[in-house]
Amino acid sequence: MRMSKLVRTGADLLYPFALIFGLYIILHGHLTPGGGFQGGAVVATGAAIVIVAWAYEDVAGMIRKVTMKAQESAGLLLFIGTAALALGLGYAFFTNVLANSGSLFGLSVPFGPNPGELNTAGVIPIMNIAVGIEVWGGLTVILLYLLSGLNKKEEGS
Amino acid sequence: MKRGLVVLTFVILAGGLLLIPALLDFGMPAFSDMDDYFLKNGQEQTAANNIVTAVVFDYRGFDTLGESVVLFTAVVGVGLMFRRMLKEEEYEDE
Amino acid sequence: MFWNLPFIAVATLSLIGLATVVTKKNLIKIFLGINIFEAAVNLFLISLGYREGGIAPIFTSAPSTDMVMATPQALTLTSIVIGVATSALLLSFAVIIWKKYGTIDTDQIRRLRE
Repeated sequence: MRMSKLVRTGADLLYPFALIFGLYIILHGHLTPGGGFQGGAVVATGAAIVIVAWAYEDVAGMIRKVTMKAQESAGLLLFIGTAALALGLGYAFFTNVLANSGSLFGLSVPFGPNPGELNTAGVIPIMNIAVGIEVWGGLTVILLYLLSGLNKKEEGS
Repeated sequence: MKRGLVVLTFVILAGGLLLIPALLDFGMPAFSDMDDYFLKNGQEQTAANNIVTAVVFDYRGFDTLGESVVLFTAVVGVGLMFRRMLKEEEYEDE
Repeated sequence: MFWNLPFIAVATLSLIGLATVVTKKNLIKIFLGINIFEAAVNLFLISLGYREGGIAPIFTSAPSTDMVMATPQALTLTSIVIGVATSALLLSFAVIIWKKYGTIDTDQIRRLRE
């Protein structure tokens, strides 16, 4: 069932802000409180607002289950691939090979309070992004399955 | 008889749970050697400002791997339980 | 008595959650009781790692460097995600039972054996 026009317009206006806020929490996970799991939950809440405000039949064409399932699997594969990258380079499993090294995310940080740079912390931002994509896809798929199971008409009862 | 047994079990469990505020000190943890090492050397070894994220993804990365697989399994389980109910809808999508 | 307030809250919430699971008849209320119990366990994990006069273990613009313990907070993150997974599976159970039996009262579900 659809909600009124006020609720639908409010959900349309709120979703971009929730998306930007969630992506900020995911990306700055190594500097401020937050990280992959928290940011993924915030973005999935924004998607849930849109799914609940519009009726399920309108949304089912645009947010499809196949896309979200592929996104969740891609997140988990990226996480395992980043952990196995250290195996391919000759170190142990899950070693932080990019920290303090000078390439992609590899600035060094001395001990003590500092304002915080985005370029630090090695493999950790890549893992944050992977887990954020996985949690976003996973929570949206759960919500879509529960709603489609409720809306299905009984055949022969 | 059954109701008396339920109340008795509840009283025993309540007594056991109320030992927690009685015996523990709030604000003085007993053993904190591992966390002192993480707080002193975590910023130089992992170059991250957030020590909790460094512990979750770098020092204890295996637990995070297990947790991601648990979340993935939960989604697979929900999809499995609705499989018979949504049988004709899935083939229409593709 | 008030210096121990987080532990008293843990005991109270655990007892409330346990009482809800044992005595209620509606399926959704039983699942809410399980959720309250998991919240009490997460609170217990975090409040074990507190140190007097400490701040959060984050070095970005930190006012001082005595910090609370960081490992219990990391373990609580894992516990919260496992609670979400459990709640998702329980709620899909509730939807399937409602489709099959037409009611979610646990006394009725035991009697209509099909």
